[in-house]
Amino acid sequence: MTAQQDHRRRLLMDRSVPGRVGAILPSLDVPAQELPDGQLLRSDLDLPEVTEPEVVRYFTNLSQLNFSIDTHFYPLGSCTMKYNPKINDEVASLPGFAGIHPLQPDYQVQGALEIMHHVQDYLVEITGMAASSLAPLAGAQGELCGILMIQKYHQERGDSHRLKMLIPDSAHGTNPASAAMAGYHVVSIPTDSEGNCDLKALKKEATSDLAGMMITLPSTLGLFDQHIVEVCRLIHEAGGLAYADGANMNALLGQVKMGHLGFDVMHLNLHKTFSTPHGGGGPGAGPVCVQPSLQPYLPAPVVERRSYNGKESYTLVTPEKTIGKVSASHGNFGVLVRAYTYIRTLGNVGLRQVSENAVLNANYLLTHLKDRYHLPFDRPCMHEVVLSADWQKGKGVNGLETAKRLLDYGFHAPTMYFPLTVDEALLIEPTETESKETLDLFIEAMKAIDQEATETPDLVKGAPHTTPVRRLDEARAARQPDLRWQRKAEEDANS
Amino acid sequence: MQTTSDNAFQSHYMPNTPQERAEMLRVLGLDSVEDLFADIPQEYRNPALSIPPPMSELELKAELEALAKTNHDTKSYASFLGAGVYNHFIPSLVSPLINRGEFLTSYTPYQAEASQGTLQVAYEFQTMVCNLMGMEVANDGMYEGASSLAEAALMACRITGRGDICVLDTVSPTYRQVVETYARPQGLQVHVLEARNPHLPEGAACLLAQYPNYFGYLEDLASHKVATHERDALLVVSTDPIATGMFRPPGDYGADIVTGEGQGMGVPMSFGGPYVGLFATRSEYIRQMPGRIVGKTVDTDGKTGYVLTLQTREQHIRRERATSNICTSQALLALAATITLATLGKRGLRQVAELCYHKAHYAASLISRVTGYSLPLKGTFFKEMVVKCPTSPTVINERLLESSIIGGLDISHIMPDCMLLCVTEMNTRQEIEALVGALSEFSR
Repeated sequence: MTAQQDHRRRLLMDRSVPGRVGAILPSLDVPAQELPDGQLLRSDLDLPEVTEPEVVRYFTNLSQLNFSIDTHFYPLGSCTMKYNPKINDEVASLPGFAGIHPLQPDYQVQGALEIMHHVQDYLVEITGMAASSLAPLAGAQGELCGILMIQKYHQERGDSHRLKMLIPDSAHGTNPASAAMAGYHVVSIPTDSEGNCDLKALKKEATSDLAGMMITLPSTLGLFDQHIVEVCRLIHEAGGLAYADGANMNALLGQVKMGHLGFDVMHLNLHKTFSTPHGGGGPGAGPVCVQPSLQPYLPAPVVERRSYNGKESYTLVTPEKTIGKVSASHGNFGVLVRAYTYIRTLGNVGLRQVSENAVLNANYLLTHLKDRYHLPFDRPCMHEVVLSADWQKGKGVNGLETAKRLLDYGFHAPTMYFPLTVDEALLIEPTETESKETLDLFIEAMKAIDQEATETPDLVKGAPHTTPVRRLDEARAARQPDLRWQRKAEEDANS
Repeated sequence: MQTTSDNAFQSHYMPNTPQERAEMLRVLGLDSVEDLFADIPQEYRNPALSIPPPMSELELKAELEALAKTNHDTKSYASFLGAGVYNHFIPSLVSPLINRGEFLTSYTPYQAEASQGTLQVAYEFQTMVCNLMGMEVANDGMYEGASSLAEAALMACRITGRGDICVLDTVSPTYRQVVETYARPQGLQVHVLEARNPHLPEGAACLLAQYPNYFGYLEDLASHKVATHERDALLVVSTDPIATGMFRPPGDYGADIVTGEGQGMGVPMSFGGPYVGLFATRSEYIRQMPGRIVGKTVDTDGKTGYVLTLQTREQHIRRERATSNICTSQALLALAATITLATLGKRGLRQVAELCYHKAHYAASLISRVTGYSLPLKGTFFKEMVVKCPTSPTVINERLLESSIIGGLDISHIMPDCMLLCVTEMNTRQEIEALVGALSEFSR
């Protein structure tokens, strides 16, 4: 077994040697107190016994099994895997930000509240809305908050028969899941041949029981709906509210404001548009922004600026008719600090250039690849382009295999089989932080894979070949769930 | 401050130079980037954007360092504030490891072959959570403690097919608020029961308890288990993982779902987040569990590897029929917790727990001897206790701050003139005695 294999095969508990320690703690500096009844105490705890250098080497080696933005081009569609500036992490870890407790009185944490207030203001300015709350901890929680606000708005007006939420068929799965968590009946709206919302279907469903519609703009097809103003108008005409999923806001920074288009409420993903690191699956932050009509319902708390005797101060308040709290504290503050730092670094001018370059890069890929990969909607895209591998499928190689083969070329795969409405979908989002040289290399790889699909299809079908593990047996993982280390497994391995 | 004109601004995050942009536009057959935004109705395009101009790293860092210094942090103050968020020891190796770009700047491990690091960490995390809680299966983490408990309540309702959630009055008031936020829209009822003698109504889905409870004391989980068992309801326990370093875990008492706030394990307090929620249950309920789950399997060569599994519970497959809408969670903080537990290990976690216990009880014994102060609650507490004060805790806290001490939480709205005081391994004897000395000034 090579050292690399060892890092993968032996888990922490396999490495545990009785008597080894990983940390020295201070000795007790107060008189020992009487321990409680032994019945209340636990006799044993299965945690590893390993030294500090072993921990460092183990986790460092594990990290090297990952693709990441710092090491690879990571064009995962609708995830906005842009460069995550290092200053943001440094600022968030300053003692004055990392070492404060959420329950300290406002007067002890004015600096933190000031930052939160600025973030609220900036997001309101960027979205053209009236107010915001930073409480939601991720995009999906932001969606839930938005939907709950819509629900409460209708209820307060005595309009509680509105039980229907419309969601385009191209939407991300969190949209219908969030609507269902709020108790809504979800109705799917098809996409027309141009890639826009099917207006005919919308008109049919825009009935008196309509609570609202959740729209991702640009859509997960990477397209800006050409009838979006009309869509919002139809929703309003039926008495519903328009929800914007801001997951793809990277395409629109400074180009257009959602509030101007007719949306009533939206969420933003700070870990996408505002460059905070994705962390292998979080933390994110999903602030919500609303028009005046929904402001009283914002999730708690929000930060208010007050003037007293000419002195400004900041305080946490609970909106009048709030939908409630969605976490024990005020939001993912560390993520908010990073987003704030990013906004200030780029400023008004830089934020506009983000969307310009993101959209330019995506269209550059589109133009170079559309001869070799089927482009289902042949029109300029926004920050991401959806291609289909159905031409390759004709040669016996599917979208998944095409995507996996990219790993061998040193690129993270695009989002696969999503949106669900496009066969063999490959959703590619380059972001603005990639250079033309990187895009050219990627184009070359995509073309080479297409050629391989013709000439050496088995090479593509068996991909990936160069990653730490090859294609994994997912069926077995689901059929015989092995979800934690158990002593028994260790004995089997030894026998 | 940037002095050049808009078009000349070249960000250090974006490689495309004006020349390259022009070259790329030529490939697209366009004159201007503007043309790419033609689908946006003209009247809405290029709105004014009132955001300050770009700023250099040097200047911005100076500004933010100055702003950070206006906060009263644990580097300059001794803190006795807890109530769900704790100042615990974070080993030095945690920060450099979680800030490795390969962990920090990757995403949800959908491409398993390119994400084995993140996936193997998740498997380690699930193992540790199960062992701490005394449970059979755990997920890869939730947002934080309160929403984790709320999701557990929803899960209990799905399992039992019932709609009444009972919660003890000793559960954190903010946790109860979050449970309400999640439960109400689904038409579920939340009933608050007295912890001393909880009577579950017929048809109750579950009983939610906190262990140690909001006030720092151990709940009688054995009797709560009997109470839930009689109603065929589930016992859901929200726990402090550090407490499980010395106390019998909720799983030992027959808990059906155990949740918790993982912040105490290697995650800074950061004014409320990001943290990581813990979530564990019995094997039989796994298909009702929310969140990501990682499983061990083999690759085409028979090599061990890890994948996201049982995904048919999740929103990206099941959409409106998913067990939860949770997607991006708090993986990086789960990593921090895993590294911290690996470092502390079996003995270290016990030591941390016992240091908390002894120091908190030492503080309690000194405070209860000061005239005017008392400990109104009876029972076994871990690292937090309720202290009845001779005057308003808020007033006392203002005075403590002058001695560089952040006092406990004023809970006068629940118990008049009471403070919820927390002592951890981070508090030295000197700090504890300074606290008691300052409290004595209010003695009557």
